[in-house]
Amino acid sequence: MKSAARKPPRVAAVLKMQEAYATSLPAVIRGEEAFQAARRQRRNAALLGAAVVLACLLLSAWVSEAHPATLWAGLPRIFEYFIRILPDLRWSALFAGAETEGSIAFWFYRLPEWALLIVETANMAALATLLGSAVSLLLAFPAARNIAPSGLVYNLTRRFLEALRTIPEIVYALIFVWAFGVGALAGILAIALHSAGANGKLFAEAIENADMKPWDGVTSAGGSWFAACRFAILPQVLPNILSYLLLRFEVNIRSASVIGFVGAGGIGEELYKVISFNYYEEISAIILLIILTVVSVDLLSEKLRHAAIGRLEAAR
Amino acid sequence: MSESSITTWRARMPDAFGPGPFRLGLRFLGLALFLVWFIGTLWYFDFSPTRLWNGLSGLGKILVLMIPPSPGELWVEIMKGLAESVAMAFLGTFLAAIVAIPLGFMGARNVVTLTLLRFSFRRVLDGIRGVDQLIWALAFVRAVGLGPLAGVLAIFVSDIGILSKLYAEAIENAEKRQAEGVTAAGSGRLLGIRFGILPQVAPVMLAQALYFFESNTRSASILGVVGAGGIGLQIAERIRVRHWDEVAFIIILMIITVAAIDWISARIRRRLIAV
Repeated sequence: MKSAARKPPRVAAVLKMQEAYATSLPAVIRGEEAFQAARRQRRNAALLGAAVVLACLLLSAWVSEAHPATLWAGLPRIFEYFIRILPDLRWSALFAGAETEGSIAFWFYRLPEWALLIVETANMAALATLLGSAVSLLLAFPAARNIAPSGLVYNLTRRFLEALRTIPEIVYALIFVWAFGVGALAGILAIALHSAGANGKLFAEAIENADMKPWDGVTSAGGSWFAACRFAILPQVLPNILSYLLLRFEVNIRSASVIGFVGAGGIGEELYKVISFNYYEEISAIILLIILTVVSVDLLSEKLRHAAIGRLEAAR
Repeated sequence: MSESSITTWRARMPDAFGPGPFRLGLRFLGLALFLVWFIGTLWYFDFSPTRLWNGLSGLGKILVLMIPPSPGELWVEIMKGLAESVAMAFLGTFLAAIVAIPLGFMGARNVVTLTLLRFSFRRVLDGIRGVDQLIWALAFVRAVGLGPLAGVLAIFVSDIGILSKLYAEAIENAEKRQAEGVTAAGSGRLLGIRFGILPQVAPVMLAQALYFFESNTRSASILGVVGAGGIGLQIAERIRVRHWDEVAFIIILMIITVAAIDWISARIRRRLIAV
């Protein structure tokens, strides 16, 4: 048995077939034949799949100019670049003042300026989340299948929200920088518009999952559509919406940190500058600040989200 | 119900009568703080009505100029950019999905039992994830020059961070009995992983890789804004020279491409998971 398993598959298959014929039982022979046919088919399908993937791979490598030679030549430059970005910290001078080379203070010598920019970025993200979510809260009610006034309104709002979220923030920002001028205003509006589309869908889905009994209660007591949305649906979905809001804030703080690349405000503008001018150590300092901000916002928002979900559980 | 019984009930269950003065005060304070922050940031970011009005009217002009969308004279370039974006997404995701397999095993609790090694490895992945793809793209543009290769590398590196984590979680959720069975039959640990764990997690990994291909098609379409090739470069250039009809054409093209890739990938995913 062991020696048969070591042979190449085709030889092993022939041996198996011979074994089956040797028993001269028609059921065994038929079974073995069916098994091998199924196996062959699977193997052929796998080979075809592999060929298709390989073809796609070669085509995409050719289109994206990722020739092995270029990659090989670029590899040392990549490592060199990332090593140059790293700060030159010296253990002996680690906690010395900003004038001593090799200290943390020297590495972060423009910390006050950057901290202000980080705060600005966080505020941009918060404001964009708030404005975007306000829009999506208004649009979520007509975009929820269970309470939409008519099929037409439902479809129109849904398509509108889809269009809003399909266009990336950066594209919005590029256009808004033309319309509103360079600065944080364009970035906030760009992120807000994208968030409105993304959150609108989530809010609408939360509304679709809401219990309809309060709705029936309000409408049968003579409440209007708006009253029913406000008093029957909103209290149910509010914790959910709060949780999505915080999740969106986490996403938006990442977007806000790069939206400055196109001149739309925040720390991204500074990062773009230091990368373009090759101020190597400052690059790593700013990126480290961004990572710290993102991670701490994530942790904080996770705590708050769990609190919001806890309230949701308590309300049920 | 008389006045006195209401007072006794109020004393017994204060919460049933709505928030007390302390709670109300707290709510009021919260609202006031929020308003101060809100108005303060609006003022700081210069949300003046005139500026908003001017911007909106400018935006209206741009929207009017966008209609009808037109491919312009350099439509070959646009198509090439689109192909580049999809190719960047495919190559970057494919390479990341391959490299993330061993890294995912290294980050899984049930494979690497050394807590310190696993912990530090996972923190490195967290760090990679903390940096936005666009930042990676900008850095790679400086390292290997303008062009789609920088985009491929940016997608590759940022995806390694996420995919490795997702793979590690999938591996941790895998049933361990199969691996125990393989090792009990006398094989080594490596064969136990190969025949006991990998068959369980391979469909999950593939589905996640395909999902990332979808999402990377979206992000690859903007990496060109920082010079990393693809359709983003085309759109940024046309916005710079204010050819708004061509911008609208590219945006529509981007939406169609993303929808097409989503559709194809969803079909493949459903087939692979069903098998």
